[in-house]
Parts: sequence; structure tokens; C-alpha cells
Amino acid sequence: MSADGSAAATTAAASSDRTDGRSLGERIVGSSVGDRAYVAIITGFAVCVPLLLAFIFIEVLLAGWPALQTFGFGFLTSATWDPVHRQFGAGPAIFGTIVTSIIALIIATPLALGVAVFLSEYAPAWMRQPVGFLVDLLAAIPSVVYGLWGIFVLIPVMREHVMPFLRDTLGLGATPFFTGPMYGNSVLAASVILAIMVLPYISAVSREVLLAVPRSQREAALALGATRWEMIQKAVLPYARSGIIGGVILGLGRALGETMAVTMLIGNSHEVSASLFAPGYTMASLIANEFAEASDDLHLSALMAVGFVLLVVTLIVNAIARWLVWRVARGPKGAP
Amino acid sequence: MIHATRSLVVAAAIVLASGCSGEMKGSASDGSKSASSSGVDLTGAGATFPNPVYTAWIHAYDSVAGVKINYQSIGSGGGIRQMQEQTVDFGATDGPMTPDEMSKAKGGPIMHFPTVLGADVIIYNVPSVTQPLKLTGPVIADVYLGKITKWNDTRIATLNAGANLPASDIIVVRRSDGSGTTFIFTDYLSTVSPEWEKTVGRGKDVKWPVGIGAKGNEGVAGQVKQTPGSIGYTELAYARQNKLQYAHVRNAAGRFIEPSIASTSAAAAAAKLPPDTDYRVSIVNAVGPDAYPIASFTWLLVYQNQPDAVKGRKLKEFMRWFYANGEKAATALDYGPLPGNLSQRLIARLDSIQVGGTK
Amino acid sequence: MTAPARPEQPQRPTLRQRAVAERTVRTLVRRRVVSALMTVVVALAAIATTLPLLFILYHLASEGASAISVDFFTKLPKPVGVGGAGMANAIVGTLTLLAIACAIGLPVGIGAGLYLADFKGSRLATLVRFLADVLNGLPSIVLGIFAWEFLVRPVKHFSALAGGIALAAMMIPMVTRTTEEMVRLVPNALREAALALGYSRARTAITVVLRTATAGIVTGVLVAVARIAGETAPLMFTAFGNTFWSLRLTEPIAALPLQIFEYAKSPYDEWHQLAWAAAMVLIVVVLVISIAARFVTRGRVGGGHGD
Repeated sequence: MSADGSAAATTAAASSDRTDGRSLGERIVGSSVGDRAYVAIITGFAVCVPLLLAFIFIEVLLAGWPALQTFGFGFLTSATWDPVHRQFGAGPAIFGTIVTSIIALIIATPLALGVAVFLSEYAPAWMRQPVGFLVDLLAAIPSVVYGLWGIFVLIPVMREHVMPFLRDTLGLGATPFFTGPMYGNSVLAASVILAIMVLPYISAVSREVLLAVPRSQREAALALGATRWEMIQKAVLPYARSGIIGGVILGLGRALGETMAVTMLIGNSHEVSASLFAPGYTMASLIANEFAEASDDLHLSALMAVGFVLLVVTLIVNAIARWLVWRVARGPKGAP
Repeated sequence: MIHATRSLVVAAAIVLASGCSGEMKGSASDGSKSASSSGVDLTGAGATFPNPVYTAWIHAYDSVAGVKINYQSIGSGGGIRQMQEQTVDFGATDGPMTPDEMSKAKGGPIMHFPTVLGADVIIYNVPSVTQPLKLTGPVIADVYLGKITKWNDTRIATLNAGANLPASDIIVVRRSDGSGTTFIFTDYLSTVSPEWEKTVGRGKDVKWPVGIGAKGNEGVAGQVKQTPGSIGYTELAYARQNKLQYAHVRNAAGRFIEPSIASTSAAAAAAKLPPDTDYRVSIVNAVGPDAYPIASFTWLLVYQNQPDAVKGRKLKEFMRWFYANGEKAATALDYGPLPGNLSQRLIARLDSIQVGGTK
Repeated sequence: MTAPARPEQPQRPTLRQRAVAERTVRTLVRRRVVSALMTVVVALAAIATTLPLLFILYHLASEGASAISVDFFTKLPKPVGVGGAGMANAIVGTLTLLAIACAIGLPVGIGAGLYLADFKGSRLATLVRFLADVLNGLPSIVLGIFAWEFLVRPVKHFSALAGGIALAAMMIPMVTRTTEEMVRLVPNALREAALALGYSRARTAITVVLRTATAGIVTGVLVAVARIAGETAPLMFTAFGNTFWSLRLTEPIAALPLQIFEYAKSPYDEWHQLAWAAAMVLIVVVLVISIAARFVTRGRVGGGHGD
């Protein structure tokens, strides 16, 4: 396959050492037309991303503006969501979004890394693709199905086994994070299902990145007398660090924006509580729950305003994550 | 990778090409008559509650008249919005449109046509109680206000002498998403409890004082089914299909009525509808000896001036058909059919839909 | 030249040397134990990760297996109690929507990913990377609302094309980021060698870089496809759903997630079983697409795996 005629000519010229009147430098820099077109195309595609986001941002802001104007800053802190009396405040939803996403990542990242490390370092080659498929398939399960499975399987298990275990057996009930009635529907249950949903993203990217670490790195570590775990810890993981973090951020994105499954498990209650056993709310599920039925203008505008706030929260969280990546990447690393 | 890209591009091209050529697979395998060349004749969107009934009617009508109607239950609010924007030919809603919403409709005045009746039943999960519980409106309101918290509260016990009520907490389950079911329920509670009306009010979506939120009728039914000691509200069909216990509620005439198709229809029959009504009425707490108090219409939304003559005619014919023939399908699916005389009135009312306007 | 020094006679180890040797052995034992422990931990993590999928698949199979039949794959949806219902149009609809989404989303996503990897220091690249991450966090319902506003409302009707575009919008940021990560893994040496041989940037990118990163890029694409295959919210207000056959891009089209959502909301066991069966079929469809994609791209220089 040739990009274009002149590129082929350039290659031919270089390989057969024929000069055609152009200097070596001109030939090496490459056919200007083909290159310029290529760069223009991929730049064009790249620009689509900010354009898309800009459109959505403006659209959501315009639609949500009436509500934001009406409620002002209180929209972010108020816990009153009353469609009948037309009072809207998204405080608990914002809190719930952040809490569930963070807990989901705390649960999912070690597991995803674990399976990625397993597949790249320990598992025999024949196991990689099938098990890899299995984990990646978690991404294919529709959100609705996660929600239903959560209602029928996860919630009873949480209510009858996991929550009592955490509170009584592990004694964590002494802390304010594991108190209150155990309905089952709770921030904890929503975080667990989010963790499962987020797993495949972190795991797929981590697995690929780990597999791409050159064998020479591993062999060098082993030659120096490292045990297998030390080799992974000191030679492989640091090399893959930024890629893994990229995967985690991808998972974070999913966690922030997930609607269906969360709304079926979180209890949908506009309250802020320190306890993970308490029901809560997230911004995405708030929108998903009420959008289909909302017909009052202020109500709709409030929902779009929640969408806008979610965009801003996502921006902030991602900015923090990026800053962390920058801090971490300044340490020892091996990626090209 | 190049080959993969090529295969994908080729596949996409095939799909696009076949799409653009306007090919449409016939539905001969389903035994229905071949339709007009455009495929689907009418598009409708809206309420989730009557979806099973509408699906049944649409399917039967297809075999009778060969007219294909695509109805999607995206929610009443969705239905209203699509109607306002005229992206569908008809809408469906569980709660009537407000004057404000109607003013935003781009195609002019919208008419509400009741189609079937729904009943909200009070479901509960108390295994020790073997006979259906008797409850009154004010008691239910106080449970949902958080003022009655235990099953063996005196007010419940007085209504149910001899029932084995446990001393446990009542776990209140309510809806997290907006819905017509909630509208009917809160409409009823507002009617029977001044305190409810003042603090919470009526709406598809309200600020609930207590309770855990479940999504959808099936969410509430599922939650109650799994949580001993819980109480919830849901449509009759869900309670029946899930085999849940549900309460007998005292109606305006003072009698405890079991929710059923008969008592739901009785509520509609008891409602006094003036001759020029636009049918955007509530029939909760209807006065009638056999009327179930928590009942409501669900409506079809149609433009009074149909923009498309062909579609307008087909729509009217469909409506005429189901008003005359839809009762059996409705009752088979646990929906309350409209009383006979009401159906007649509505068939006559179809004439006020203007068809033959300019395209 | 002086004679080489005589090798020293091995002396008896000093106390200090013996202590160091013992500590080394003890440390070595501890290090080996730690390594063995971590093997167990990692294996447990792998099991814990595959368990939910197996549980869910088991649940789907046990609930929905009864609804899987020839009818399911050949017939249209029917009302409750009529029998002989199927989801053939939804299966075809999902495949159609995926094809449209890929036709738009893959070039843009992979192209943008290439840009990010090639020009990674530039200001535009930093912006695009950041915004792609933000887009990945957008709830699909917001995307659906947005798509309705621009693709449905102005033309006053729903369409398969609108649904495909909404899905593509969802797919692009995912594919962009995963492609970037995978392309970054291609050793610079390969790139530089190609450029040194006189390849243009375009040719380097396509014949060397993309080929090397193929396996990784395909993984990213498949995960994105898996995600959009199961999404309901973007389709509800764009593709809308259709109870009949339709392949016209300007008409509403059925899709598996929409059917699942509609049936799961209903009170009837018959429809519940169909919903579970549809979920199983959806997962199988994604699995088949994954296997096919891997098969088609096999034998390429596998994604920079190892040296």
C-alpha cells in the first residue's frame, strides 16, 4: 500500500540511492503533499473531540441556565429537590457522584491490575485470550442488566451477608462509615456494581500496556537476582505506569457517568450521609430518573443544570487526575 | 489491520447501500398483510403504564387493517415533549398535560383521549398477615409522611382487628423516577390528606418525606417482594403478576374496596364528566359504592388539527377500532377498560379531530 | 609487565561476613515468600474479576434460556400472551447501529489517537487528551438529549442515522484515548528507523506504527464497541426503536438494549424472560464481533508485545 506516488518515489530514491535533483534532506523530510495531507487529516479528527465537547457544553449550559439563574450558587449546596414546589438543589447528588466513583475505583483498580498482571506475567499463553475476553466482556453487559442483577442478587447478598460482616465481624460499625439501617440499597452497593462495571476498562488497557513492556526489562531484573514479584514491581510496573493510569482514568470516566445500574441500587434519596450503608444519589442517575417524565420547563432546566454541573465536576476530577499523573510521571519511568 | 479496516468499511458500505436503496423486509413471516411502501404508518411515544395494552391493540389492528403503528414507551414526559415538537404522530401520557405544556405544542391544540384505566394498589410484604389489610387514605398518607412507623400502630390495628401485625418498622418504598403512577398516588393522597397536600403535593415526581426510592413499577414491586416489612405502591398489573399482597382501601362511600378491574371501571363510571369536558380529569376518590379510590385514566394525545391527512385518517380509524374492540385485550392484561357509555362518547368525540388540513 | 597477582587464599569468613551472609539468606527467603504470596494474591484477583461475569451469565442463562428459540432469532416482537415472539429486528438493528457508529467513530477516533501520540507535547494535544477524558465521563443520557436536539428535533423524525451518530460520539473519546496509549507503546526506534529510510510521516504511521500497535488498538476498539452495544439512553431519543422491520437509515430502528429496557420494565414474566435472553444474545454478539476482529487482525506483528 502506498500513501501516494511521490512517497513511493521518495522511498525508491532512498533505497536505490538515485538522486533526482533533490537534496538528501528534502528527500528524507518526505513528500510534502502526502505528509501535509496526513497531518491535516489527523489534526482534523483530533479537533473533533474539543468541538464535540464544546457543542455539548454550550447546549447543556444554555438549557440549564434558567435553573442556574433561579437558584444561583445554592443549586450546588441545597438538598431540596421538590418538583412540585419547583425548588431544586443538587448537593446530595454531587456528593454521591464523587463518593461512589472514588470507592468504585478503590475497589476496582487493585482487582483490575491483579488480573492484568496475572494475564501478562503468570498465565500461560493459551489462557491469555480466553480469560482476556471474559474480562473484556464485562464491558458488553448492558447497564440495565447490571441493575437487574444487582437488585436480585447483589442487594440481598449485601444486605444479608456483606453489610453485617463489615459492621459486626470486622467491627467497622464503630466508625461513622458503616452505621445505620441496612436496607441493601446503598452507596456501598452502588459503588460495588460500579467497580464491576469499571473493571474491564482498567484491565484491558493495563493488560495491553503490561504486555508491551519489552522482555529485556524483565530479563534484566531477573538477571540481577530479583524474585518474580520484585521484577514485576520494580521493572515492569513502573514502565507501564502512565498507561495504567490512563486506563484508570478511563474507568473513572465510566464511573462518573454511569446511570442505569447505579439508579437501581443506590436508593435514590436526596441525602448526604457519612455512612456507606445509607442510600444516596448521583447526578447521572438523577437525570436518568427524571428526564423521561419531566415536562415542566424549570424541572427540565434543573436537570440540564445538573448535567452541566456533572460536566464541570468531571473536568475538575480529571484535572486533578492529570496533575497526579504529571507528578507521578516525573518519577523513574521507562516508557519511551 | 488494513484488512480489518477494509472489511469494516465494506460492511458499513453494504449496510448503508441497502439502507439507502429503501429496501424493507416484508413481514410476511408474521402473516400480516403487506403494508404501504413506507413501512411504518404511524409513530407514537409516551406512557409506560399502558404499553402492554397498546402493543396488544396495535398488533391486533395490524392483522385486521394492515396498518403498522410503532409505539415506544419512552415515558409520559417524553411523549409530551415529542408531541410538542411533532416528531411523532400521537403521544400517550399517564398524567394530563398542564396548560403551560399545551401552549408549547407546535401543532396547535392537543386533545386528550382516555384509553384505559389504571389503579394504584398498596402492596406490602408482611408474611404474618394472612387476610388483606384494610387501610384508609389518611393512614396511607401518614405512613408516607413518616408519622406512622410501625406495623402494629393503633391506627392500623383498629382497622384490622384480629390481624397478626408485627411490632417491626414499616419500610416505606416509593418511586425514584417520575411517573404517572406517582401522579395518581400523590393526587389521591393530596385529596384525602390536607397535610400531604400542603407539604408534598401532587406530581409525577415529588419530594418524598421518607422512604427508599426504587426505579419503575417493577423496581417497587421487586423491592417490596424482597424486603420483609415493606410497603409500596404500584400498578395493579404488577401486583398481580408478582403475586404480592395488596390492601383494600376505603373509598369515599366508606366501604373497603379490593382493587380489581371491576372496581377500577366503577371509578370511571362514577365520575361525573360534563358533556364539554376535555377529559383532563382526575377520578381519584370517586364517589360510587364500588369505586376503587386510587384509579385514573391514561390518555392518548392527538392534535386537533392533523397536519397529515393520510396519517390523520389512519389514526382516527385506529382509535375508533380500539374504542369498539379493545376491551377484551385490556382485561386480559389486568387493565381496566373504559365503561361502555364512555367509549361511545369518545367515539363520537373523534369527529372533532380535523383531518384534511394542508400538508 | 608484572606477573599477575597471585589470587588470594580464601580466608575463613569473618564474623561480620557470616552475619551478612545469614541476613542475605533470610532476606532471600522472605523475598521468595513475598513473591509466592503475591502470586496467590494475583491469582485470587483474577478469579475475583471473572466471577461477576460468570455469575451474571449464569443468571442470564437460567432466566432467559427458556426464551431462546428459533423464533427469537427470526420473528418480530409480539404482545404478551400471543406467543412466537422474537427480537430478530432488534438484533439486526443493533448490528446496523454498530456499523454506522464504527464507520464514523473508528476513523475519527484512531486518527485523533494518532495525532495525540505523534504530537504529544503540543498544546492542542494536551487539550484534546484532557477533553477526551472528560467526554468519557459524560452520562450517555446527556449525549442522547444532545443528539435529539441536533439530529431529531430539526427534522421532526427519529432515525437510525441519528442513533448511529450518537453512538459514534460516545465511541470517539474512548477509541482516541486507547489508541493513543497503544501507539505510544510502539518503540521510538521503529518509528525513527522508518523515517530514516525515507518513509513519509503518513506511511510511517500507517504501515509501521499502526501495524505494530494493531492488537492493542483492536482491544481498545472492542471495548468501546462492547460499551456502545449495550447503551440504551443515547438510542431512546434518536433511533427510537421499532416494532417492525426497518433498514432505512432515515426511519426509527429497533435495538437490543431498547427492547431489554422496555421488557424489563414490564410486569410480565414472559417479557422478563425475553429481556434476559436478549441480554445474553447481546453479549454473544459482542463476543462474536470480538473473536472475528481478533481473527482478522491475527498474524500482524502483535502489538509491540515483548521485544
